[in-house]
Amino acid sequence: MFDWPTFLESLPLMAQALVVTLQTSLVGLAFGFVIGIAVASMRLSPTPLLRRLGGAYIFVFRGVPLLVQLLFIYYLLPRIGLPNIPPIGAAIIGLALASGAYIAEIFRGGFLAIPHGQLEAANLLGLSPWQTLTRIKVPQAIRLTLPALVNEMILLIKASSLVSVVGLADLTRVAQNLAASNYLFLQTYLVLALFYCLINIPLAGLGSLLERRLGRSA
Amino acid sequence: MNDVTTPILTLRNVGKRFGTNQVLKGVDLDVQRSEVVCLIGPSGSGKSTLLRSMAFLEEYDEGEIHINGQLLGWQSISPRRRASRSRLNQVRSSLGMVFQQFNLWPHMSALGNVCEALVRVKGLTRSDAERKGRAMLDKVGLAEKADAFPAQLSGGQQQRVAIARALAMEPSLMLFDEPTSALDPELVGEVLQVMKQLAADGMTMVVVTHEMGFAAQVADTVAFLDGGHIVAKGAPRDIFHDTEHPRLQQFLQNYLDRNAFWQDLKETPA
Ligand SMILES: Nc1ncnc2c1ncn2[C@@H]1O[C@H](COP(=O)(O)OP(=O)(O)O)[C@@H](O)[C@H]1O
Ligand SMILES: [Mg+2]
Repeated sequence: MFDWPTFLESLPLMAQALVVTLQTSLVGLAFGFVIGIAVASMRLSPTPLLRRLGGAYIFVFRGVPLLVQLLFIYYLLPRIGLPNIPPIGAAIIGLALASGAYIAEIFRGGFLAIPHGQLEAANLLGLSPWQTLTRIKVPQAIRLTLPALVNEMILLIKASSLVSVVGLADLTRVAQNLAASNYLFLQTYLVLALFYCLINIPLAGLGSLLERRLGRSA
Repeated sequence: MNDVTTPILTLRNVGKRFGTNQVLKGVDLDVQRSEVVCLIGPSGSGKSTLLRSMAFLEEYDEGEIHINGQLLGWQSISPRRRASRSRLNQVRSSLGMVFQQFNLWPHMSALGNVCEALVRVKGLTRSDAERKGRAMLDKVGLAEKADAFPAQLSGGQQQRVAIARALAMEPSLMLFDEPTSALDPELVGEVLQVMKQLAADGMTMVVVTHEMGFAAQVADTVAFLDGGHIVAKGAPRDIFHDTEHPRLQQFLQNYLDRNAFWQDLKETPA
């Protein structure tokens, strides 16, 4: 049976952990977007070296499991003389690097779907490459790839459960601790699952809402 | 430098190659202030390549193009070294271009399309840009469509927005690449009407077109491009009536046949 008193007792801790999970995921995603747009631009650059660098980035950060990346950032980088990174920093860096690789591939598709003539028009009217990127390419790429981007956000929030490996008190880590002390494994992990749904269901809803709103103007 | 006698645009021996395909083979052309030049020629003869070279959307690899006396695109000719971006933008700031496919930005309203470069490039405030943008849309007869998005506009309307967007930057030379070729026949007239008005207002224009009626009526000069050369050039009357040039005669005959064919169809009783 569901043990309500234990559940209510655990709520403050879970709420705190929810904030940690949201913070790391969203900050990681924000950086992931920037990385993704940069890497996608590199992949489509006329300069072969940039194209290759972009390709190598995606190869590494999409190829290596996130868990391994996190262990690497948290445990190995300090060993080779880099400063110690606090758990939350390591988590954000790991999520940003990994999501950057996936978002880069999404944006590459989005950029390629923009008719070249639109960019020629921008160029002729005197818009700089940066202005063309931020005003013409990115807004359209987001519209064109919104379902894939929302999907990637949801995947990343779920993948963020891996950051507990660097000792961050995120939802998954806190639930594990709770279960270890109250022995209500089934109940605690059910609650954990509900917390993730609590984040992702509204996110998916927001995605389809945006899709409908933006669809009207595009 | 900008006196009436210097051409706005000069092409000297302009050549362009795509791989082994020599598309332009030494084109010479002068365009005077307020002159309307129509470029005609068979499909694949290099009309678009020539027009795009005038905007340095194609890097011509032989000869020289000058706009208002300034070398376009290249910093030096031998060896060819590309001009810096700011230099290129400065030289072509007096140039506006209209494309067959309109090339509007679909995520911006008509007004947004017209205002974007006014704000980002010319540095106008949003309210000044909008005032100017609305005036430009009014000029092409679309004042009431300012807030519409491209997808909500007909092809003819989209092309007029594209013209307004180019005009807002106050170019002294407008290039048109088959501006009506992507339009349903009943929408061609409204775009040609705007272009006629523009010509009447004294705009210097180079127009690639298959609309021979427009060329005959509006052009000061018609240039016939074939095989990468301008093989005939002159006043519309000379080109359309008195030409001796066999390729041009054949081209015009084809055009007439095609239109006669439609004429016949129309006259055939059902
Ligand atoms: N970007 C390009 N790459 C390779 N070949 C091209 C390119 N653009 C045009 N061409 C070639 O140049 C020739 C002239 O094309 P174009 O200037 O578009 O002719 P037109 O506008 O008169 O129909 C064609 O043979 C075409 O295949
Ligand atoms: Mg063409």
